[in-house]
Amino acid sequence: MTLVWFVRRLMLTVYTVIVVSMLVFAITQILPADAAQSLLGENATPDALAALRTKLGLGDPAWLQYGRWARHVFTGDFGISMRTSQPVGPEMLAALSRSLLLAVSAILVTLAVAVPLGVVAALRQGRLTDTGVSLIAYLGISLPEFVTATLLALLLSDTLHWLPATGYVSPLEDFGGGIRHLALPVLTVSVILVAHVMRMMRSETLDVLKSDYIRAARLKGLPERTVLFRHALRNALLPVVTIIALDVGYLLGGVIVIEEIFAIPGIGRALMVAITTRDLPSIQAGVLIMATTYAVTNTFADMAYAFLDRRIRYD
Amino acid sequence: MTELFIRLMRKPQGFVGVVLLALIASACLFGPALAPYAPEKIDFLGRFRAPGWQNWLGADQFGRDILSRLMVGARSTVPLAFIATFVGSAVGAIIGVGSAYLGGRTDEAIMRTNDAVMAIPGLLMALLLVSTLGNGAGNAVIAIAVAFAPGMARVTRSAALNVRNQDYVKAAIARGEGAPWIIFREMLPNVMAPIVIESTIRVSFAIMLFATLSFLGVGAQPPASEWGLMVAEARQYMHQAPWGLIAPSAAIALTAIAFNLLGDGLRDALNPKDEQ
Repeated sequence: MTLVWFVRRLMLTVYTVIVVSMLVFAITQILPADAAQSLLGENATPDALAALRTKLGLGDPAWLQYGRWARHVFTGDFGISMRTSQPVGPEMLAALSRSLLLAVSAILVTLAVAVPLGVVAALRQGRLTDTGVSLIAYLGISLPEFVTATLLALLLSDTLHWLPATGYVSPLEDFGGGIRHLALPVLTVSVILVAHVMRMMRSETLDVLKSDYIRAARLKGLPERTVLFRHALRNALLPVVTIIALDVGYLLGGVIVIEEIFAIPGIGRALMVAITTRDLPSIQAGVLIMATTYAVTNTFADMAYAFLDRRIRYD
Repeated sequence: MTELFIRLMRKPQGFVGVVLLALIASACLFGPALAPYAPEKIDFLGRFRAPGWQNWLGADQFGRDILSRLMVGARSTVPLAFIATFVGSAVGAIIGVGSAYLGGRTDEAIMRTNDAVMAIPGLLMALLLVSTLGNGAGNAVIAIAVAFAPGMARVTRSAALNVRNQDYVKAAIARGEGAPWIIFREMLPNVMAPIVIESTIRVSFAIMLFATLSFLGVGAQPPASEWGLMVAEARQYMHQAPWGLIAPSAAIALTAIAFNLLGDGLRDALNPKDEQ
């Protein structure tokens, strides 16, 4: 990991955030023929419309509007919510922290389940266990989150009464209650992630097991356990880092639906509310924060990958 | 073509995928003719009727036959997802091949920007666009197409980079052919295989995305019998009539699985070298 590579990777992250900010601003404020009209609805008085247009600076050229907004955002000022009249930035960041709790728990559950299953499927390639694991993976990637969420709620909450159906309790205030409320959403997200990671893990393990160094290790007479854990697993686990980082993008999209269904006050739900009430500053802040989270996660993943795999030389 | 089909049908994934898709296609074509009831026929005596000989898959909160709604709803779900994927793939493929053709710094700039756009999750991008364009099935299709294009561009570009260095492309450049000719007549036909495989799998994403948009209330609007919308409506009554929830969920899952299987089957059939 050379310094040049490191600096270039950071610059790429900054570029990503800039592109996303332009895109979000264009879609929400420039693209609509009259943002003021779409904000206030059809029954707005001409005076109110004119006042809002001046407030948003809609008469100015697009680049000027963007420049003004971007300057504020750069100093951490995302504006005032049109719905709650509160500053948007702190509200969104608090929501993000609740979403991250959900996301991180889901990733931990996924790793704990998917890695062993993927390895077992690879070791028993073509046998019943392998077919079973592949079938589950197919089902996992073919069910939209809202279907998984609804079916799991129907089973675990409505029929068996094991878990509360909706709501959010902070684990800091009530640990047991917090975990119980998180269980269903985490399970839902994990279903799809497990499917991804399991498939990846299976094909990686198969590839690694065919490699020369595994043959060499076996020929050296190392016990099968050492071959598997010290040689095969280490190498097969590498790409999982990348897959998890890419799945963070999926996760952030997925939380929109899942938080909506399970009534979790995270960033997904905040965005959904912002979009339905056309609260421009909240939409802009929410999307930008989400995309930044994704870009930063991927930067870290690339760095971790480059650090773990010394063969990779980016220059 | 026939040879490809035979190879596809020999694989279990390909075979199951093709059979499932044939069923779904016939539901799209003949659904309204075959459905036992009219999809919007209200029967107050039959509200929440459990699955049985009268309503094979049960009835919903208005006593509407769920099987009939599913069969008619196939038309407002599957073809739209198909169109969205097709448009998104076409746009993405042209960007990807064009970027590979231009090469060098231009290619770098296009792909970095493309990657940046992908930092916005697909569902969020679609939601943003629909909220700007207005709710409805047509706008949802546009939104999904736009959300898909960057991913397709990335896949196509990596395939097109190999083609770019082939002798026939170099020959075309040496002949002095224009960029559109090289992109559309020389490069694009030779990257069709990965595009077709990726798009097939993406149809399943499109179906899920479209159903999700309808579920969130911004896609298809009631009383349409779009499958995602059916799940959303049935959720309120899941205590009385869980079948109202399970039937459309299963329909979405089966269709998505069918396209996934077909995509995997096609991947094997189009790359005969990879066989074991």
